[in-house]
Amino acid sequence: MSTMSRDRISIVEKLKSVSWTFVVLVSFIACVGFVSLYSAAGGHLEPWAAKQMARFAVGIVGMIVVALIDIRWWMRMAYPIFGVMIVLLIIVDIKGHIGMGAQRWISIAGIQLQPSEIMKIGIVLALARFFHGATAEDVKNPLYLLAPLALLAVPVALVIKQPDLGTAIMLVAVAGGMFFVAGVSYWMFGVVLAGAVAAMPLVWHFLHDYQKKRVLIFLDPGSDPLGAGYHITQSKIALGSGGVFGKGFLHGTQSHLNFLPEKQTDFIFTLFTEEWGLVGGLTLLALFSLVIVYGYFMAFKCQNQFGRLLASGIIINFSLYIFINIGMVMGLLPVVGVPLPMISYGGTAMLSVLFGFGLLMSAYVHSDVKFTRRGLEMA
Amino acid sequence: MNRDMERYKQFSRRALLIGLGQTAMFTILALRLGYLEVVEQEKFQTLSDKNRISLRLVPAGRGEIMDRFGVPLAINTPNFRAFIVPEQTTNIEDTLNRLGKIIPVTQDDKQSALVEAEKHRPFTPILVKENLSWDDMAAVELRLPELPGVSVDEGEIRSYPLSTATAHTIGYVGRVNEAELAESDDPVLSIPGFRIGKTGVEKKFDKVLRGEAGQIQEEVNVVGRPVRELSRTDPKKGHRLTLTLDADLQMQVQEMLSRQRSATAIAMDAITGDVYALCSYPSFDPNVFSRGIPADLWEELLSDETAPLTNKAVAGQYPPGSTFKPVTALAALASGVPEDARVFCPGYYMLGDQKFHCWRAGGHGSVGFTEALEQSCDVFFYEMGKRAGIDAIAAMARRLGFGSAFDFDVPGERSGLIPDKAWKAKHYRDIWHIGETLNCAIGQGYVLATPLQLAAMTARLVNGGRAVKPVLVRYIEDVGNQIPAWPDIKLNQRHLNIVQKGMNMVVNNPRGTAYGARITHAGWEMGGKSGTAQVRRITAAERAAHVKNEDLPWKYRHHALFIAYAPVGDPRYVTAVVVEHGVGGSSAAAPIARDILEALQKRDPRRIHTVDDAEQAAAAAPSPRNKE
Repeated sequence: MSTMSRDRISIVEKLKSVSWTFVVLVSFIACVGFVSLYSAAGGHLEPWAAKQMARFAVGIVGMIVVALIDIRWWMRMAYPIFGVMIVLLIIVDIKGHIGMGAQRWISIAGIQLQPSEIMKIGIVLALARFFHGATAEDVKNPLYLLAPLALLAVPVALVIKQPDLGTAIMLVAVAGGMFFVAGVSYWMFGVVLAGAVAAMPLVWHFLHDYQKKRVLIFLDPGSDPLGAGYHITQSKIALGSGGVFGKGFLHGTQSHLNFLPEKQTDFIFTLFTEEWGLVGGLTLLALFSLVIVYGYFMAFKCQNQFGRLLASGIIINFSLYIFINIGMVMGLLPVVGVPLPMISYGGTAMLSVLFGFGLLMSAYVHSDVKFTRRGLEMA
Repeated sequence: MNRDMERYKQFSRRALLIGLGQTAMFTILALRLGYLEVVEQEKFQTLSDKNRISLRLVPAGRGEIMDRFGVPLAINTPNFRAFIVPEQTTNIEDTLNRLGKIIPVTQDDKQSALVEAEKHRPFTPILVKENLSWDDMAAVELRLPELPGVSVDEGEIRSYPLSTATAHTIGYVGRVNEAELAESDDPVLSIPGFRIGKTGVEKKFDKVLRGEAGQIQEEVNVVGRPVRELSRTDPKKGHRLTLTLDADLQMQVQEMLSRQRSATAIAMDAITGDVYALCSYPSFDPNVFSRGIPADLWEELLSDETAPLTNKAVAGQYPPGSTFKPVTALAALASGVPEDARVFCPGYYMLGDQKFHCWRAGGHGSVGFTEALEQSCDVFFYEMGKRAGIDAIAAMARRLGFGSAFDFDVPGERSGLIPDKAWKAKHYRDIWHIGETLNCAIGQGYVLATPLQLAAMTARLVNGGRAVKPVLVRYIEDVGNQIPAWPDIKLNQRHLNIVQKGMNMVVNNPRGTAYGARITHAGWEMGGKSGTAQVRRITAAERAAHVKNEDLPWKYRHHALFIAYAPVGDPRYVTAVVVEHGVGGSSAAAPIARDILEALQKRDPRRIHTVDDAEQAAAAAPSPRNKE
């Protein structure tokens, strides 16, 4: 049987079944990033574009390697990987406690890592693993959901402690999306949402001053045009002044004269659209949409729940990144530190996104594989 | 298998819903992007340009001020300055210390430079020291390699070669203050260190002298650092002013005034109104002022009772005393008093039971117009005042230039005071008393005049009755001649001749009050009128005790005044001199007037070809002002 023969497929066959269209699409988006970083540096490869290209070169190879590894191995490793990430988060928290102030980075073998960033993939892996073993009846049972909620609560608590509200919200949102596609009852979402709204005043109380300020400034950016509202205002000016066709490559005045803050990281979409205009911005959004649509195509191909949940989690995570980042730079959402995937300068974010895409493709490459609740081969 | 099919179906439904949500999110993003970049594009484009384009103003050179012969009165001299750019040196303090070994940098200089450096962006040049000598500047320039961030430049500072002699007339420049900044919309005023005219001609003609600032449009980055120049217009230097002043005479007059404690004098052309000299003593050094006035000096000048900061020629108001008598004479003659009218002076004048004294207790006997002027008989003018009435005197006074300002070229001019019945009714809500007319007839009482008005009156008395006004700015470069033709004030020439005859006798008749101050040089003889103005009422007790005015404290002594013209045969030059608390017009003021008119006739400035005559001839088209 063809399905059985897919359980043991050769590397060559796997390479053939890798979706090269997807790889090209991802590379194309990465190129938009290189162009933007080149412009952010005033027309220079240094200090950002060259480094980003090197990282991408490594990352894309890593992505294909991840895609070639058997999905059942990834399923078996889901909890251990999640566990390692939790440990990394704890190390960061302790370091931050000993050192001074917020600490989001750790250095492993000379490579700077941001554990909260890769945790977004970790939670997807862990939840996919968990819900793979759940029956339709299981997920309707509230008590059964206590375990995955605990899986979520640990990293969220650690991330909030850093403090990194943006990532915490992302984690909750991604997990929520996965609970949803896993089949958790609508009414439970209703209860959680109602509870969340009710808890708002309490959460507000625990927010740091700078976080409260960000929310308030988001609600009225004009209130503080030279202070913290400055970022939003200048970003909107840059975007708006771009117009339909933009100011032209390397001619973004707002960005090049440094009116735009964080132009190589969180505000890179602003830089890109100032120079390429509405046409450029919509093109980039279309490319992102293609990735998402393609992702769903791959998810629907999966013959196993783990693959489907993993794929949809990765896609939800990816689309949330985009929505929060672009919504933020256009003044639709408060300023939270969420990068634009594949475009923003930053190693961990790129690594985490490519790792996710690798898992997505692994699910696709091994879409015909069927396995037990524990991830063992079916006899 | 079945179980997984069920899960697959559910996954499909749920994934579709999530997909719908994502579609909605992306649609929102696309719509928002379209809104910002299409609907609001224009608004944000403007904001973006405002962000990046900065206008920098380049001040224009200030126009020079010259005397009538081209002698510089206000010029721009190089001001060598040393700057430091904080970001170009690793240790600003260390660099300043090294600079201090080459040029004198005080601890204060160093402190203020460090404070300024804190306040500004690191690329802003901070002024360390100005007014450096040429040698100091050369020394710094030579050693610039050892002084990272230090630069020298050549700015301009206003300087006044005649110093104290022109302090009141030319005035001085100073830093722009808040009020001046608020009332003008010329952006050049906001340039740090920009100076504008504060007093004198510098103030009145500030806009002409200031010129037009150049503009540099620059693209700047977020911290205001210029990235590149977009456009540039060069500054236009201010216009040069040529005054009617004769610098040499001005210095001589200032020197003459310094014999007194506090005095002022004007020398003027009776026909054209050209002011040849306008001095006020004591004075101050305007060169110190244009560099920034030390606070203690300012306090000292302000508290001085001789008011060195006041331009007494235009801002001093004095009772004109007997110098006002020609006005009363003309008013009486105009109101029908016969030219040969005579009055007997017993030394006093009775108005009802009120006694009005003549300055000579023994009286002058029978006097007519000319003798009364010659000997300054008060009784004669009491009678003339009574016959003419206050309103006729006031009208004549105004025709001769009293009672209002001339809009003179030096600001700070006061209007003096010529009272009449309407004025009294308005200000005192009271009727006019004849006794007040008598006081006004001899230039006392309410009457106040500025030395400038006295000079103008004298000119009008001797120029055939033309309404000459004093003129200080003769020619503005690129604008034209500033001297208009003066209208006739329609005075009776016979009456004027009587007054001139009387004024001739004042000086040239042995009985005249100023005979001692006559000019003996044949053909240069002057005519004039003395005046001694009471500062306060002489009490009966003082009169009885024969208290000499010289023995009173300085500020209670009489003001000494003298008006004069020369030559008597063909009057051309006039002068008015006021010696504050100088006691006697003939004794204190007349000799100064004589010296001025002698010096004037010796130089005869009107006959000398001036620089601007050539310039005017060269200008083919007549200036707009001449056409009027």
